[in-house]
Amino acid sequence: MFELLKNLGSWLVAGEQWTGSDGIGHRLAEHLQYSLLATVIAAAIALPVGLLIGHTGRGAFVAINLASFGRALPTVGLVVLVFLASGLSMTPVYVALVALAVPSIVTNTYAGMSAVDPEVKDAARGQGMRGHQVLLRVEVPLAMPLIMTGLRLALIQVVATATIAAYVSFGGLGRYVFDGLAQRDLVQVLGGAVLVAVVAVALDLALSGLQRVLFRHRAA
Amino acid sequence: MTIDWSWISDHAGDLASLTLNHLQAALTAVFFGLLLSLPLAVLAHRVRPLRGVLLGVSNVLFTIPSIAVFVLLLPISGLTRTTTVIGLTIYTIVVLLRNTVEGLDSVPTRAREAAVAMGTRPLRTLLTVELPLALPVIMAGVRIATVMSISLVSVATYIGDGGLGQLFTDGFQRNFPTPVVAGIVLTLLLALVADALLVTVQYVLTPWTRKQRHSAGGRA
Repeated sequence: MFELLKNLGSWLVAGEQWTGSDGIGHRLAEHLQYSLLATVIAAAIALPVGLLIGHTGRGAFVAINLASFGRALPTVGLVVLVFLASGLSMTPVYVALVALAVPSIVTNTYAGMSAVDPEVKDAARGQGMRGHQVLLRVEVPLAMPLIMTGLRLALIQVVATATIAAYVSFGGLGRYVFDGLAQRDLVQVLGGAVLVAVVAVALDLALSGLQRVLFRHRAA
Repeated sequence: MTIDWSWISDHAGDLASLTLNHLQAALTAVFFGLLLSLPLAVLAHRVRPLRGVLLGVSNVLFTIPSIAVFVLLLPISGLTRTTTVIGLTIYTIVVLLRNTVEGLDSVPTRAREAAVAMGTRPLRTLLTVELPLALPVIMAGVRIATVMSISLVSVATYIGDGGLGQLFTDGFQRNFPTPVVAGIVLTLLLALVADALLVTVQYVLTPWTRKQRHSAGGRA
């Protein structure tokens, strides 16, 4: 165990490891690109859906069941299926990652919206606000902490799962995991896993920091 | 992409045994997850300084890709079912710990104080007052953990196990979509049935919650 950690240390700090097209720097950039793009696409789909369901109160059944469907969907199977259907491209990876992230964002957005006190909404309407004004000025700000929780959860899952890009011969930090697996090189696998975990934790901390700065006046 | 229905009928027996094998891995993991997370949750609930540490560690575990967890366990438990179960158990603990702590937090202080005032000892208070009252939130965690485990078992296909996940590898290697579709559909069905059974169990175990209807959604 100690030997392994020592080897891991030297693997991580070796200078040549960080440069070149299969270096950590490049793999890290790829991993971030996959994860962030997938999360942005997922948010672009899921946020309007969650807001609509929360605002109108219609389709709550969909929002709740989407969560368990999303959790039950085997990501490996989805990647392989889209891969067989669409051929060698990044599409399967993005489809799988977006499918993974959408449910967390929809359900948390919906949960945040439905937790807004109905009396507050009535008060806003009483002051003459229209539907979209109530949504943007009252509901969204109040639902923000839970919406952010959904985004953070989705991002963590996506970063951890972006590893599978390497399974269908793309890059990202998963390369180290799958190459290490093929070569029975445990240090490389461990290195990849540690890097993925560090990226996920760092992004989560960054988002929670952002949340604190943006919504300072509403301590959640 | 066409489905080869004759392949499915020819392999009905194999599909059934893979499904059972899949379910067994997932349920064993949830069982051990509960066994380990219950005492940890009570500890996190009672001893405040430990709370942040335990929840923080479990959150970091969640960020490590499941494939890496399986591979890293190989030197310890080899290409066996044990590796699959240990890997899955780690993920179930993340969900179960968080929900159980949340459930214990949700127990009204008055209920606990009433038990203490009547001279009930701490262990008995925990078993007969706190845990039963926390049960709805704990069960929400059990449902999430079960569905998540069922979806994650297939990742173990990379280490030669993985129940229905073997269908994904098989379809990928032979460029044959039918087993992949069958694997995804069976995984989703398994998750759906397991979730419905757990809802029933919860209904039977918590008769006092039946009067006030609330959404059956889990907490993520």
